[in-house]
Amino acid sequence: MKKSERVMGAVFLLCGLAAVGFVLALTLYLVVSGLPAIREIGLTEFLLGRTWDSTGEPEPRFGILPMILASVYGTAGALLIGGPVGFFTALFLAKAAPPRLAAVVRPAVSLLAGIPSVVYGLVGMTVLVPALRSWLDLPAGDSLLAAILVLAVMILPPVIALAEAALAAVPREYEEASLALGATEAETWLRVTVPAARSGVAAALVLGVGRAIGEAMAILMVAGNVANMPSLLSSVRFLTTGVAIEMNYAAPGSLQRQALFSIGLVLFLFIMLINALLTLVLKGGREARS
Amino acid sequence: MRRLGLFLLLLPLLTACGGGGGVVNTEGSTSMADLLAVLQESFREREPNITVNYSGTGSGAGIEMVLAGACDIGLSSRPLKESEIAQGAVAQVAALDGVAVVVNPANPVSDLTVGEIAAVFTGEVADWAELGGTPGPIAVYGREAGSGTRGAFEEAIGVSGQCAYTNEYGSSGDVVGGVASNPGAIGYTSLSTAGKGVKALTVGGAACTPESIRDGSYAIQRPFLLVTKEGAALSPETEAFLAYARSGEAAAYIELAGVVAP
Repeated sequence: MKKSERVMGAVFLLCGLAAVGFVLALTLYLVVSGLPAIREIGLTEFLLGRTWDSTGEPEPRFGILPMILASVYGTAGALLIGGPVGFFTALFLAKAAPPRLAAVVRPAVSLLAGIPSVVYGLVGMTVLVPALRSWLDLPAGDSLLAAILVLAVMILPPVIALAEAALAAVPREYEEASLALGATEAETWLRVTVPAARSGVAAALVLGVGRAIGEAMAILMVAGNVANMPSLLSSVRFLTTGVAIEMNYAAPGSLQRQALFSIGLVLFLFIMLINALLTLVLKGGREARS
Repeated sequence: MRRLGLFLLLLPLLTACGGGGGVVNTEGSTSMADLLAVLQESFREREPNITVNYSGTGSGAGIEMVLAGACDIGLSSRPLKESEIAQGAVAQVAALDGVAVVVNPANPVSDLTVGEIAAVFTGEVADWAELGGTPGPIAVYGREAGSGTRGAFEEAIGVSGQCAYTNEYGSSGDVVGGVASNPGAIGYTSLSTAGKGVKALTVGGAACTPESIRDGSYAIQRPFLLVTKEGAALSPETEAFLAYARSGEAAAYIELAGVVAP
């Protein structure tokens, strides 16, 4: 091997190891800083406690069940609305759209992906939240519903991009065979193309879940941020916003601050779970094909 | 290099002599961290040989420690209790922390009593009609747990930990923005941010200004106290720091911490 080859090989290896190193360091840091509070509060009280009152007198309460449920409901709601819309948009772009129209929709979707989350939050805060307040006659429009609607739009770009790629990768011969047997185009797409691409479509939805559960900024601006047990029209606090909103003034070394790291650890475990699911789905798809 | 090593070796010995030897140990209210930081820094310029230590443990703990003789000055962000005064606690007011209550400019309500504000924030009163305003639900906006403004407000009107917030925000600017965009909202914010786009209520007829906080006519305020024990001998350093905190020179710095000098 030439010397320059070896040098470049070492550079690539170093970059690869750095990425792994960052993940390991982050994991270690979260575990080390997240465990003490859980140990002090007690795992069941922490995960299943219904009251979060981190500066309460005389006894603070650190139950994050309201935040876990808000994150789960918010993500599920976003997937319920954004999932089908994203899926059908992908099908439209991959199969049904006339090339000229697709040439307009596709860049619009990628543009949607590039918009920073604070902008989604800003629009949600200034347009959506006041609208919900007056339509539903609420004291304030900041609610789980507002968060779900914002998240539903935010998960569209990754869902569409990945699902479209999966649908476009289905061999043309499958569809031609179906059409030759007399199936209509719509039947072919839904009965042949989609089942053939199902692992890719599932992966797209899982990616959407990952995006929704990890979002903080936009949620912070539209969800109201009170750690209530979640209901659709009241203010809720997600796991992400739970960390974000109290970090500024949590006294260093206090149990409150340590508990915020513990929330981070729980959130991290959620994301790991989703990533594992993603890997499993993609692997399953590959095995089914071969 | 060797000299530095020797210094580092001796450092624990120096700091171990707390109480005397150029050190003033203060302990107590976490809300007073900003105030203490400003005082520490400006005092160091005047008396470079005296170190002021601060430990944030809470008002109650600070008073307890100073009464037990375990620190030089206790820090309290609430008035002293009868029981603490009975044990010999005496206080010097270092600063006053006032909180403005704000509503939307479109709201016809412009004055509430402390009792009415407490009832609104605990959720007992939930409609503006009960307060003589335009009928409609009240949206209660506040700050997140741990915020000094929240602590001051809840403590001053006696509803610590009992507030039923509609929304919580991570900064005073967000509270003001939220109130400015919702005609049914009420919120609180620090004195300095009460202007923009919102209407500050008068409380029992008194407007929230540095003057009304100083003369006590504006009720939503809490004192920042430097607590010592009556009859206990104070170190010269402690005396110097207490005198400095009272001085006009310190007053200019105290305002920097976002509070009103007495």
